[in-house]
Amino acid sequence: MARYDRAITVFSPDGHLFQVEYALEAVRKGNAAVGVRGTDNVVLGVEKKSAAKLQDSRSVRKIVNLDNHIALACAGLKADARVLINRARVECQSHRLTVEDPCTVEYITRYIAGLQQKYTQSGGVRPFGLSTLIVGFDPYTGSPSLYQTDPSGTFSAWKANATGRNSNSIREFLEKNFKETSGQETVKLAIRALLEVVESGGKNIEVAVMTKEDGLRQLEEAEIDAIVAEIEAEKAAAEAAKKAPPKDT
Amino acid sequence: MKLDTSGLESFPSLILHGNDVAGEISAPPSFDLPNSNDFDGFLKEAIQMVKPAKGTTTLAFIFKEGVMVAADSRASMGGYISSQSVKKIIEINPYMLGTMAGGAADCQFWHRNLGIKCRLHELANKRRISVTGASKLLANILYSYRGMGLSVGTMIAGWDETGPGLYYVDSEGGRLKGTRFSVGSGSPYAYGVLDSGYKYDMSIEEASELARRAIYHATFRDGASGGVASVYYVGPTGWKKLSGDDVGELHYHYNPVTPSTTVEQEMVDAAAA
Repeated sequence: MARYDRAITVFSPDGHLFQVEYALEAVRKGNAAVGVRGTDNVVLGVEKKSAAKLQDSRSVRKIVNLDNHIALACAGLKADARVLINRARVECQSHRLTVEDPCTVEYITRYIAGLQQKYTQSGGVRPFGLSTLIVGFDPYTGSPSLYQTDPSGTFSAWKANATGRNSNSIREFLEKNFKETSGQETVKLAIRALLEVVESGGKNIEVAVMTKEDGLRQLEEAEIDAIVAEIEAEKAAAEAAKKAPPKDT
Repeated sequence: MKLDTSGLESFPSLILHGNDVAGEISAPPSFDLPNSNDFDGFLKEAIQMVKPAKGTTTLAFIFKEGVMVAADSRASMGGYISSQSVKKIIEINPYMLGTMAGGAADCQFWHRNLGIKCRLHELANKRRISVTGASKLLANILYSYRGMGLSVGTMIAGWDETGPGLYYVDSEGGRLKGTRFSVGSGSPYAYGVLDSGYKYDMSIEEASELARRAIYHATFRDGASGGVASVYYVGPTGWKKLSGDDVGELHYHYNPVTPSTTVEQEMVDAAAA
């Protein structure tokens, strides 16, 4: 084994782990990602930078499957993401092999978070520069879940959350407008949240819906455009209602 | 081949392997190999010497109400009966049982270890481990020690979310799912009684009587089985010991001695001619 000279992640005098905080900065520079949990589905939405003309956009999928019933989206260093996703996929299968059952969303989140933590407490390595949003259905209870992990290795469950660029504004929006939704309503809520910070248009958003029966389904650009149009129409109608003087009796 | 020595660890040694981020297993404990011309032959002989014959009778079967597990209690060393009161049904946790056949120490240690792993799984995942998962954990450990002289022929019986579960796991690394199993030198005799009397739709009393009878018949014919026939039942609320009857007494229970026909002839004087 190579000799590691020194740990890169060490405490500062006032108790900070600067490498981890810098990693969080890297996350903040990454593209926005939002996740919303409905009663019967979970929706992930990711900001897509406009594809270069010659780039095959299908090769840059930002929302990926970890197993049939678990999906992941992330914000931050995409190369780090690939490594983490591969390890998580192997762990999902390994769990299936060892206990003959699919793993729960919580289990794989715990594994990914544990992996991220290990790299903050080892010699010669730097932390992973990404936060993940993990969604899926519990194979035993059938209930949907949304979890978030970050470079420090902490994780928790959320009803709705955002990470990456302008995640604070998205989260504020979600806090104001979240309510229990199902089906298409959840998709709309996720897209509305993302549209707060992204220039509107199906070209700039990638959306996927996870349902218990059908697993992960990526929405087509046309579908997204249609929903965006609906949202714009609703917004316009709300504006008009506000502007128009209230009708008296 | 890297051994799965996780069973021997009492706690995860993350502190020691702080630098080991690649996820590799550290070098397993090793021992010196003896100098010999025919190492394979030596290994075979060593295993034969260490491997006690599986002198026992254990059985388990799934029926409508759950799982019935039964075993004898005799330990023999060749022709010497070393104990008549061995506990061959091991309580892994309140809802799972394991049976012992083969090396007593091997079975006891690895069942205990399995109990630890099951509990750790519960704590980490906030749910009980399934019988499938528990039996697979044991089978994987036994497989990694394959060829090293472990002698374990066990049945893992339990009740989980999917209902009653029964698996046969042995030290060759085999693992079988099934509804009726009997393990040990007395198993042919037990199978005879068990298979002919088995019905899925039995009550708990009928099933426990069948199990007891099967063990009794095996102890009657097999010299390496005897002692006490213990019967356990595993239901939705966990396992419960139903009975533990001395097989000698069971013999007279099944074959009562009627006073009229005595075996011995009374010695009387020959009638005087």
